[in-house]
Amino acid sequence: MVTEAQVWNALAEIPDPEIPPISIVDLGVVRDVSVENGTVHVEFTPTFLGCPALEVMRDQMAERIRELGAEPDVEVILDDSWSTDRITPAGREKLRESGFAPPAPRQAGGPQLVQLQSKAFKCPYCGSTETRLENIFGPTPCRSVRYCESCRQPFEQFKTI
Amino acid sequence: MSEREQLLLPIADDELILGWRNSEWTGIAPFLEEDVAFSSIAQNEIGHARALYQLVAEELGTTADELAFDRKPEEYRCSQFVELRVVPDWARTIARQVLYEEADEKRIKALMESDDERVGGLAAKIDREEAYHRMHAQMWHERLQHEPRYAEALEELRPLVDQRDGHVPEFEQLWNEMTEVRRSVAGATW
Repeated sequence: MVTEAQVWNALAEIPDPEIPPISIVDLGVVRDVSVENGTVHVEFTPTFLGCPALEVMRDQMAERIRELGAEPDVEVILDDSWSTDRITPAGREKLRESGFAPPAPRQAGGPQLVQLQSKAFKCPYCGSTETRLENIFGPTPCRSVRYCESCRQPFEQFKTI
Repeated sequence: MSEREQLLLPIADDELILGWRNSEWTGIAPFLEEDVAFSSIAQNEIGHARALYQLVAEELGTTADELAFDRKPEEYRCSQFVELRVVPDWARTIARQVLYEEADEKRIKALMESDDERVGGLAAKIDREEAYHRMHAQMWHERLQHEPRYAEALEELRPLVDQRDGHVPEFEQLWNEMTEVRRSVAGATW
């Protein structure tokens, strides 16, 4: 009989399909795990609704659970329970090490253009805050593109959401 | 007609069609940053459409795919405003985006107060993502606000924002392109 702890450990080994250094548990998309009569119920709270990695994550979760000898039941939760504040401290550090600036904490009222255009964001390479917004949008829905004036390095900023 | 169908279907149709139209900038936007921006916005909009269709589909006992791609052109409830093909006119593209975000923000905020918990929850999630579309629109509005072509485009498009009686002529071709896969490959999914 599989335990909830075993499931959490197995899910923690699944890399984010688009940012592999971070696991889907670090990303905070697994909201709850419960086991009943050999069925593992997972509450999966997706990042961005249009993110093509969601199906991949869902299928990989189901596969890992099957490997544990249990029947998966992955429920996709369509509410606002995921926020970048759910990324774990370890996950944030892994993002930074891989050249992605981790998201700023979410403030009441959400992000504002004037903040993005300010110099409040740190370069993940040199730590300077002399960075400017290049593009609100980036290669995936979750990222913006910034440029560091100090080390002259463009970098990707995880959007606060 | 169910409450969700009445409430969410026009919004889902708007997001699907506008997402489709915005994706027409992919590869040909005036510069790379906007190529990326419009592609990303389109991707989000189509993601929102899918989630909204899903909530309606649960009530109707159908699927998001069927709602998105198996209806006849006359059954779509999007506004004529999102149907217009504005490529390659940048002034009209930005004017539409600015007017759309303004109108969309109001209805999404209203949906967040819905008694239907799932509708309220989804609206709150969509709102978080839309915040970035609004910032993009705001940035362009600030940049173009003194340009005559942009002012004309705003004036031309504003009356069409919520014009939902019938479709513009170019909708037919969009519908053909959009539904082609489902019409030629039975059971193809999103």
